[in-house]
Amino acid sequence: MLRQPKIWLLFALLLAGLLPAEAAKIGDLTDTNVLDQAWRFFSLRDPSLRAVLLGSVLLGVTCGLLGSFIVVRKMSLMGDALSHAVLPGVALGFLWNMTKDPVAIFIGATIAGLLGTMAVYAITHTTRLKEDTALGLVLASFFAVGICLVKMIERLPTGAKSGIDKFFFGQAAALSTEDLQLMTGVTTVVIAAVLLCYKELLVSSFDPGFARATGLPTRLLHHGLMLMLAAAVVIALQAVGVVLVSAMLITPAAAAYLLTDRMHRMLVIAAAFGVASGVLGAFLSFLGNNLPTGPFMVLAASFLFGAAFLFGPRHGTVARWWRQRSRSQRVERENLLKAIFRVLEDREFRGEGATLQELCALRRETIEQIRQAVRALRQHGMATFDEAGEAVYLTPEGWQRARAVVRNHRLWELYLTNEAKIAADHVHADAEEIEHVLGEEVVRQLEKGLAYATRDPHGRIIPSSAEILQDDPGRRPAEGMVGYGRKT
Amino acid sequence: MSLATPPKPGPENRELAILTPGQTAPVADPRALPLEIHDLTVSYHRKPVLWGIDLQVPKGKLVGIIGPNGAGKSTLIKAIMGLLPLSSGWVKIFGEPFQSNLRRVGYVPQRESVDWDFPVNVMDVVLMGRYGRLGLFKRPKKQDREIARECLEKVKMLPYADRQIANLSGGQQQRVFLARALAQESDLYLMDEPFAGVDAATESAIVEIMHELKSRGKTLLVVHHDLPTARNYFDLLILLNMRLVAFGPTEEVFNYELLQKTYGGRLTILSEVADAVRQKTS
Repeated sequence: MLRQPKIWLLFALLLAGLLPAEAAKIGDLTDTNVLDQAWRFFSLRDPSLRAVLLGSVLLGVTCGLLGSFIVVRKMSLMGDALSHAVLPGVALGFLWNMTKDPVAIFIGATIAGLLGTMAVYAITHTTRLKEDTALGLVLASFFAVGICLVKMIERLPTGAKSGIDKFFFGQAAALSTEDLQLMTGVTTVVIAAVLLCYKELLVSSFDPGFARATGLPTRLLHHGLMLMLAAAVVIALQAVGVVLVSAMLITPAAAAYLLTDRMHRMLVIAAAFGVASGVLGAFLSFLGNNLPTGPFMVLAASFLFGAAFLFGPRHGTVARWWRQRSRSQRVERENLLKAIFRVLEDREFRGEGATLQELCALRRETIEQIRQAVRALRQHGMATFDEAGEAVYLTPEGWQRARAVVRNHRLWELYLTNEAKIAADHVHADAEEIEHVLGEEVVRQLEKGLAYATRDPHGRIIPSSAEILQDDPGRRPAEGMVGYGRKT
Repeated sequence: MSLATPPKPGPENRELAILTPGQTAPVADPRALPLEIHDLTVSYHRKPVLWGIDLQVPKGKLVGIIGPNGAGKSTLIKAIMGLLPLSSGWVKIFGEPFQSNLRRVGYVPQRESVDWDFPVNVMDVVLMGRYGRLGLFKRPKKQDREIARECLEKVKMLPYADRQIANLSGGQQQRVFLARALAQESDLYLMDEPFAGVDAATESAIVEIMHELKSRGKTLLVVHHDLPTARNYFDLLILLNMRLVAFGPTEEVFNYELLQKTYGGRLTILSEVADAVRQKTS
């Protein structure tokens, strides 16, 4: 299921590295050490902490699953707009009977969220405005209404202690049993919907036109997804808060998107990341004596995203940098091999290996640069290096590779002059690039296309593939054979 | 969609003549026709893009849809499948409304219509062709995978089954879409610019598959943008420019007058094509 064990290792490291630092900073837990706190939090003995933990897990799963579809459908901004649009509904739900009745708040928020999406739909379909503008409009205006209502509630006699302000940044510790029941219900529905309608959601996300052409009710699916999204936002409100809830939807899913190329794996990874961020955020908030949970959860999710961005095995920045680096090192080695070949060729393959001086002259580099490059060659088993005599001798492997690179270079030059009718003095620079990327199959075609020509446009010999293959590195060269630059 | 009464059945086996709007259509048995369109009008923002289209497409033919940019070629395809609301008229697939004959229609959308970075591999996409037959909530079975594999083999993409779709060339992506349509196992295929931006090898592979489908009695409607090849690829041509300019056998409708009518003032293209036509016909 998870083929990226590295990420888990990283996550463990994050846990180990972050905890003491956080505890020290927040600092009002002077007597108790972090491990005791962790034991208390994760041992499930304290009922209120158990609620927090369960809530974070449910929240993580729901957000991860729905967030994956939001990300691949390019609806991330919709999640953001929706989360801000629910605030007036939360306030009105509270005003209904002046308590934090989860059901009233849930209904109010869901209605407000759906009104928000309908407003976006109405604006985009009746005016010339595009969706991004409509989302911005709806997000801001609904949020403004929500803030006004919340401030009004806080001024009411019962309002001040109501804790309605917790809806801005979230407070997982305030989760009630009813809240948890609601969260469990929504999570169950979301999991069931994803399991049952996986293929429908997949095809309608990838190619809505095709999905409709095969008779799938794509509109119904879209509305169903929006409804679940609204419900997810509402259950996440209590723990994450209005301001950051969209980050919990998008961030774990975005991290998962960077790590895999298959939708079902993305769903699993996103759910796992959601749970990890939720639990870690709740724990950090608990360590900080019930600081708002939302920012910590989002911080943990963002950290996971950063890790995926940097260390993802395929799309990660480090992996890409590493691939580029090893490629440019290979190019460096091949250029030196080619230079050694040229030195030997210039003296018609007679005599000893190439000296550093000769290579310096040919490569126009300093002796130190050449020395470094030769050491790299030696490391790769392509050459032996007589440090005292400052001379380089190719191994059979090196000799074979050197001739292959020279062959590629000269073949390409010949191809450009013969087939593409480019002047002979224009082709060298291009061949310098191409020689490193030509595959054996293309080389065969080139050789055939050029009728196995033996001379390049400058009159030098092109080593043939057949010859190069005969020099199997496994076989030692015949005694006294010249051309390897080996000491005899 | 207003359902007018279908046209009366005319004498069968009548040769399909060149149709220009206003003329009455020679009608074969309407139940046998893969596609029948009557007085179809489609509008975007109340501005008509297709106007009073009448078409009767016979079985087992390769039909090309040609016309200038903005002529409504893709709109016609989408309207046939009910992806767009119709302002007037009706469409029938094998004598029935599209919705009740979904499985008999295979669709190849434009390649640009989807995000190729989507997290699916080649096999996942081809399996989507089976979804319509599976019905709601059911997962693809072993047999569906077998069919998908055969379809990939036909477009010579089987070795790429596990590739992520972003790592394919344009031509390979088009062949994956074709394989998905083949997996639908339909009788009428609607293809939206399958030759757009593909390499020569893919183009000939697609043509080969189109002929193979035709030989099995399938009907193909193909939006095409390249006039010189249109002449060689298709049995029948639909010349479209918001209205139906002409519909008939390629050799009869592919002529200077009708093409000029279709392409209006775009004389640079037309003169080129006219030269090509003259050279080939003289």
